Amino acid sequence: MLCERCNTRPASVHYTEITNNKKQEIRLCEECAREAGITGIGIMPQFVLQNLLGGLFEGTPVQVEPSYVQCKRCGLTEQDFAQRGLLGCAECYTVFGPAVGRILHRIHGKAEHTGKLPRRTGKIAGLKHELKRLRQELDAAVRQEAFEKAAELRDRIRDLERDCRGGQ
Amino acid sequence: MALKKILTDPRSRWMEEGGPEADVSVSSRVRLARDLAAYPFPHRLRAEQAEEVLHAVRLALDRPEVTKRLGKMEFMRLTELSPVERHVLVEKHLVSPDLLKGDPAGKAVIIRQDEAISIMVNEEDHLRIQCLLPGLALQECWELAGTVDDALEATVEYAFNEEFGYLSACPTNVGTGLRASVMMHLPGLAATGMIEEVIPGLSKLGLTVRGLYGEGTKAAGSFFQVSNQITLGRQEEEIINNLTALVRRLVSQEREARRRLHQEQRGALEDRVFRSYGVLQYARVLTSEEAMRSLSDLRLGLALKIIKRIPLSLVSELMVLSQPAFLIRLAGKELKPAERDVLRAQLIRERLQGKKPGADGEGNGKKR
Ligand SMILES: [Zn+2]
Ligand SMILES: [Zn+2]
Repeated sequence: MLCERCNTRPASVHYTEITNNKKQEIRLCEECAREAGITGIGIMPQFVLQNLLGGLFEGTPVQVEPSYVQCKRCGLTEQDFAQRGLLGCAECYTVFGPAVGRILHRIHGKAEHTGKLPRRTGKIAGLKHELKRLRQELDAAVRQEAFEKAAELRDRIRDLERDCRGGQ
Repeated sequence: MALKKILTDPRSRWMEEGGPEADVSVSSRVRLARDLAAYPFPHRLRAEQAEEVLHAVRLALDRPEVTKRLGKMEFMRLTELSPVERHVLVEKHLVSPDLLKGDPAGKAVIIRQDEAISIMVNEEDHLRIQCLLPGLALQECWELAGTVDDALEATVEYAFNEEFGYLSACPTNVGTGLRASVMMHLPGLAATGMIEEVIPGLSKLGLTVRGLYGEGTKAAGSFFQVSNQITLGRQEEEIINNLTALVRRLVSQEREARRRLHQEQRGALEDRVFRSYGVLQYARVLTSEEAMRSLSDLRLGLALKIIKRIPLSLVSELMVLSQPAFLIRLAGKELKPAERDVLRAQLIRERLQGKKPGADGEGNGKKR
């Protein structure tokens, strides 16, 4: 059997990847396997199949509206993004916000970061996360008519809001 | 000196003896994707900007408080390495094959002397921080990667936004930027056919399993890589703990399969292990496929104590040693596949007889 990628050399590596219960298999020659990042016991933890078969977005077309959205900072267009699946700079995440949000939802099931915050840039973000949590708590307290607790929460929210404005 | 060792010695920290659950988990890896706020992502970076990124990263890591904490790092531009040397780094799992794609200018890798930390600069993201340790040690990898991350963040501003977290060129890495993986050796589950049930189960739990196997083919070495798929909307600890728990379950399933195999088919199993050991000790020609299969059998034999007195770490070392670029680097010249098969057999034979690695012949050949 010939390698499914180059169609010239005999296939000797049978590679399988399973994600979300979806199995993808490919038979490769040694050279192509090496290029794709399959080296002996080491398989680099990235998208081997993406490397082999092309874009991540193949088969699941991203809606490209005829409108011409472009990132002012790096020049990336919506078409560029649809083609390679890569954004151009941090600003792109704002410019292409809604489209990116949809994609993130599809990949991760969620579209909101809850993990580590960088110490400097993440400070305000940390406060805002905390604020959001406190407001939810406040709603719950009001619903349960726990007025003393609600008053306490209101004070803490006010303080935090002041910190947020001060830090910006 | 240190650079030469990285490029000629097949041994790395991740192969060392004594990692937790080492009989089944070969190595653990944590990778963080990070980008600098001030620059476009690498695929849209101009040459002089790429240089600025390199410079900023180097400055951040050269600070005395960082070197004191993390140790000295070796900084290598890709352009300073020959193509074969670059592939050696891939075979040692220190850089990704993607780093070698396209123009090498503006790309670099920073490696700590024990090779437990490696940082790729200007791959798909400005920074890919990787920590690699032996056995099942995801928590330790995460802590180490976190330390490197904090050290960099002290002088460099990351691309970050409240909603999406750490921003990366590809949306699949956004959020925590964390990819954790464990390389597992599962010959027991493969031989008993249980692997066909176990793996789809794992993939339903948000994990990705990669391996060189498939219906109709005997698993080439039975090595599988298990990694998290989701990077956004979970905390890092959650990702690490979740993966660790699932790997532990897999470890006990594998041990159970091995125990059964050893009990019910003792003769056949021991025959297979000793045959492979014989091949490794005496063969004059070894294809990489046969080497992988035999080394996998040897590893199983060691874990089950069918064969003693060989450290598990030697098996990992021989697997790296058998890779094409490594052989070419040691030979010092281009080799045809047939020539590689002869050199591979020779090197494995010599190492199993106790010769020390490295072409410069340091050491007196007694390791164990
Ligand atoms: Zn091929
Ligand atoms: Zn942009």
